[in-house]
Amino acid sequence: MDGFPILSLMLLVPLAGAIACFFVNAGTARAIALAATLADLLLGIALWASFDIGGAQWQFVERAELFAGFGYALGIDGIALMLIVLSVFLMPICIAASWLSVKARVGEYMAAFLLMEMLMIGVFAAQDLFLFYIFFEAGLIPMYLIIGVWGGDNRIYASYKFFLYTLLGSVLMLIAMFWMANAAGTTDIPTLMSYDFPAGAQTWLWLAFFASFAVKMPMWPVHTWLPDAHVQAPTAGSIILAGVLLKMGGYGFIRFSLPMFPDASAQFAWLIFGLSMVAVVYTSLVALVQQDMKKLIAYSSVAHMAIVTGALFAFNVQGLEGAMILMLSHGLVSGALFLCVGIIYDRLHTREISRYGGLAINMPRYALFFLLFTMASIGLPGTSGFVGEFLSLAGMYEISSWLALVCTTGIILGAGYMLYLYRRVAFGEQVNADAAAMPDLDKREWAMLIPLAAATMWMGIYPESFLAPMRADIEWLDQRIGASAPAGDAHLALPSAEARAAAIEAAHEGGAH
Amino acid sequence: MSSISIIVFLPLLAAIVAGLGNRAIGSFAAKIVTTGALFVSCALSWPILLTYLGGDVDGTVVPVLNWVRSGGMVFDWALRVDTLTAVMLVVITTVSALVHLYSWGYMDEDPDQPRFFAYLSLFTFAMLMLVTANNLVQMFFGWEGVGLASYLLIGFWFRKPSASAAAIKAFVVNRVGDLGFMLGIFGTFLVFGTVSIPEILAAAPGMAGSSITFLGMRLDTMTILCLLLFIGAMGKSAQLGLHTWLPDAMEGPTPVSALIHAATMVTAGVFMVCRLSPMFEAAPIALAVVTVVGALTCIFAATVGTTQTDIKRVIAYSTCSQLGYMFFAAGVGAYGAAMFHLFTHAFFKALLFLGAGSVIHAMHHEQDMRYYGALRKRIPVTFWAMMAGTLAITGVGLYALHLGFAGFYSKDAILEAAFARGTEASYLAFALGIFAALLTSFYSWRLMFLTFWGKPRWSQSEHIQHAVHHGEHDPDDHNPARQEDAGHDPHALVVADDAAADGTAGYHPHESPIVMLIPLIVLSLGAVFAGGVFNHAFIDSEAFWNGSIFYNEGLIHALHETPMWVKYAPFVVMLIGLAIAWNNYIRNPAAPAGFVEKFGGVYTFLKNKWYFDELYNFLFVRPAFWLGRKFWKWGDVGFIDRFGPNGAARVVAGGSRLAAKVQSGYLYSYALIMLLGLVAAISWAIAR
Repeated sequence: MDGFPILSLMLLVPLAGAIACFFVNAGTARAIALAATLADLLLGIALWASFDIGGAQWQFVERAELFAGFGYALGIDGIALMLIVLSVFLMPICIAASWLSVKARVGEYMAAFLLMEMLMIGVFAAQDLFLFYIFFEAGLIPMYLIIGVWGGDNRIYASYKFFLYTLLGSVLMLIAMFWMANAAGTTDIPTLMSYDFPAGAQTWLWLAFFASFAVKMPMWPVHTWLPDAHVQAPTAGSIILAGVLLKMGGYGFIRFSLPMFPDASAQFAWLIFGLSMVAVVYTSLVALVQQDMKKLIAYSSVAHMAIVTGALFAFNVQGLEGAMILMLSHGLVSGALFLCVGIIYDRLHTREISRYGGLAINMPRYALFFLLFTMASIGLPGTSGFVGEFLSLAGMYEISSWLALVCTTGIILGAGYMLYLYRRVAFGEQVNADAAAMPDLDKREWAMLIPLAAATMWMGIYPESFLAPMRADIEWLDQRIGASAPAGDAHLALPSAEARAAAIEAAHEGGAH
Repeated sequence: MSSISIIVFLPLLAAIVAGLGNRAIGSFAAKIVTTGALFVSCALSWPILLTYLGGDVDGTVVPVLNWVRSGGMVFDWALRVDTLTAVMLVVITTVSALVHLYSWGYMDEDPDQPRFFAYLSLFTFAMLMLVTANNLVQMFFGWEGVGLASYLLIGFWFRKPSASAAAIKAFVVNRVGDLGFMLGIFGTFLVFGTVSIPEILAAAPGMAGSSITFLGMRLDTMTILCLLLFIGAMGKSAQLGLHTWLPDAMEGPTPVSALIHAATMVTAGVFMVCRLSPMFEAAPIALAVVTVVGALTCIFAATVGTTQTDIKRVIAYSTCSQLGYMFFAAGVGAYGAAMFHLFTHAFFKALLFLGAGSVIHAMHHEQDMRYYGALRKRIPVTFWAMMAGTLAITGVGLYALHLGFAGFYSKDAILEAAFARGTEASYLAFALGIFAALLTSFYSWRLMFLTFWGKPRWSQSEHIQHAVHHGEHDPDDHNPARQEDAGHDPHALVVADDAAADGTAGYHPHESPIVMLIPLIVLSLGAVFAGGVFNHAFIDSEAFWNGSIFYNEGLIHALHETPMWVKYAPFVVMLIGLAIAWNNYIRNPAAPAGFVEKFGGVYTFLKNKWYFDELYNFLFVRPAFWLGRKFWKWGDVGFIDRFGPNGAARVVAGGSRLAAKVQSGYLYSYALIMLLGLVAAISWAIAR
């Protein structure tokens, strides 16, 4: 693949598809969208297959100077690769999920999705600061339209909230970018990642980026746009929102905040930890009392993302790798959970939990998939959620036992709200006749759920496939931030020889001799 | 392919075939596949144990697959076999195979049999992964896997609200323990830089006396690590404080109770402490805590067991109590005795549960012992099997002859070890253990007398009434929602017809089919002989354990040298318990009522299980929901949104005007403005 502009091609395919979708009827638009996303999936697989693990840090690099130092520069490392693969994997599923349920303005809808795919890939592949910014912010527009045009009854309020939160943060980030470009004299992201900004400046730059990424994550207390956006978005919108858009915040932290401002990151780690701890407990408890399925899963996303942020700022390999795997896992699992909600929403047109019940009787296969993703969401070992959560929490423990303790309560609360949800939907008697009459999965739904289930298990049982491409990049990052890393709170003190002997003596006192 | 791989993965394969095949392959095929797989696993497991009985056989590790390598944290899928594992293999596969077979009869009328058998096999696989783990994380995988299977099986009759509630409770309470387990693993990794069990155990003695900060407190490293891990063990093994899920777990079908909630899963905590015994030996304070918690659980559960009327709940509390014995055995350093009791208990407790299932089967799903009576002659095989189980659990045996039922050997070894250890905690454990032995004898014989002796009291049972009036096999039998109505309110029935005069209501209990009786007979043999046959190896043979657990030779020596009264005390209290039960339920059946009248407070306290459920509801469950609502309505909606986006909207445009402007028709123009603004800003900045 040397020299072949595969990344540009991956941007071009959905863009061309999007343009085509404007000019054709509904059926053709669906077909074009599916074909384009599948083509991009194949390209993504080719990208993964030809990525040289242990090779150059940046691969598939493409550069073209445009004007005034502003360049078109693409290139990926292992971290970006994994997020691109996640994006192209979820897109065909999104298209399939909208196959029947979207009936109005199908062409525009498909175009919006294809455009978004292009922009998402662009975000992860961009190597120029401003190119990144354009992709990052423009990605909001199709999502904004998807919620605002094809959303539920309260879509205007939801899209307004989404827009307000995300745009406000990004203004600050843009200003920071200008300052950085001036100070460092380059807009090249790999160069900036090794550039040492003065400590005083780092503080302000970090805060400016934080404003944008915290909203995208979303972190408490700027999370309230997410539940509304999810509730109002169509199923596919929720999948892509939870699956990929939320990952942009985490990607931002790992690509910008940590390597570019390591001192400030260490300085503000307490802030991240505080917000993460609050978020895990707070949003988990809020999830417990939700009556709307999508809202419940949305709040659970906030709780999971809080574990990601805590782990990212743990300043160690386990935390960083755990955060990445948890992001990938959450992309699959919460996407799958929103799909599960969408499947029954298509049948009954309500997200009210109490309108369902006893689905394990009339939809046993559906109940099985739902169970799998529920278990993955609460981090059952053997599923992807466990690997991410376990490494994340292990990383956190190395830096702060309080952080680890509070965030680990998420495994208790998570089990509580997810199993409570599952019980109300799948268990019990069939109390609603219309819910009891719903047919089990059809072929299209099988085709969407099987790949998600397989990927979830794969990542849980053999995560090496996903860890290996990122290993060198995480190690690089760990070294880059290592000098600034705050000390852990464990302060292990090894015993003196006498103390050890005394302890052994104490252990064997009594009748043992 | 090594035999251990077959032992472990065959049940998984069977579970997948039966579970995914489900209705497509039908009940019979699912039963054949799963039961067949388990008998193969069982047949392969016994030779492994027999090899180890020879002594001085080293452990092996069969690598399976890489799992995670993240910086210094490396853990892989692998199957470790040593003496400790071999003991567990035999327990798990034997009981599981017999329970599979038993379920052919017990679940015969259930329409969801493939699902049931798939869950059983899945459970077995997870349990086997737990005991073959060579690192803490794979142990945690098995730990959570059995938790999942337990959740699914407790909630097997998912239509019943009490069953699905019990399933959630089991999972969530276990997760509280898992919090400790996970933190324990993290801490262990922090201290030792590895999660590999052999490496940790090798390094553990060197860490004794070191200190570490945890939650701002300066603590002894090994103590805090062991206590965190022990919290995990407390959850899985239903120790005092985290025991509340176990009685509710009786909502699951009875074979499940026998396999998971008596013989195998609940003993995982004991297994964990034994597996990590060199770690615990480096943490004397943690061992004292294990001893005290075990002893308190032992006595607590025994007291509650004396007042329960549901046959399965009596046995459930009995299990809880026996697990307490195992823990304080481990706590005093007698890991061999703990494992020995685990081993014998697996046989006689599975036997008691399956026997109870056979009684329930005979009595048309009635579980309340108050409506049993006089079943001795009606279901003789079940009766004799239960008798063997009761003799084993109460520890019948003669010290002078060195001859007794299984529990005699293991329980007496534990009590002697507790006495011989000679620390404050161990004396407490000894005293409580002796008292619990009295209670064990009492509640076990109470169960026997109420069920098999006296006059029939069947006519007061709703289930029996139902059977008599609607025929014994009416269509309702197939409605899973009605089966095993555990924990129901006392029945208030007025019986007027003649058949009721003798208390039988004209009902004819029937002995269980042969597939249910075979497991009872096999387990009876275990309950009778397992103690005598394996006593020497488990207690006295360091060569047998060969380093797989910490072997305290001094303690074992001291154990044999305890005074005579210590050796005879368990026997004497067993007789006292028997005598009280005989007096109260055979000689003078009015006596219990008199006791209840006299000591109403004590009775109510015990009957309500020391009010743990009410307390936890008040402390945790209701506050969680209350806080959730407040955070949502006050925090998110009332504060963040009000002063955040909604406030901004009011400031910017005056609320309603903005809402009026932002109609869907304007969306495109808004999007366009956003895009243009973006481009303009960048162009301006660059051109500047």
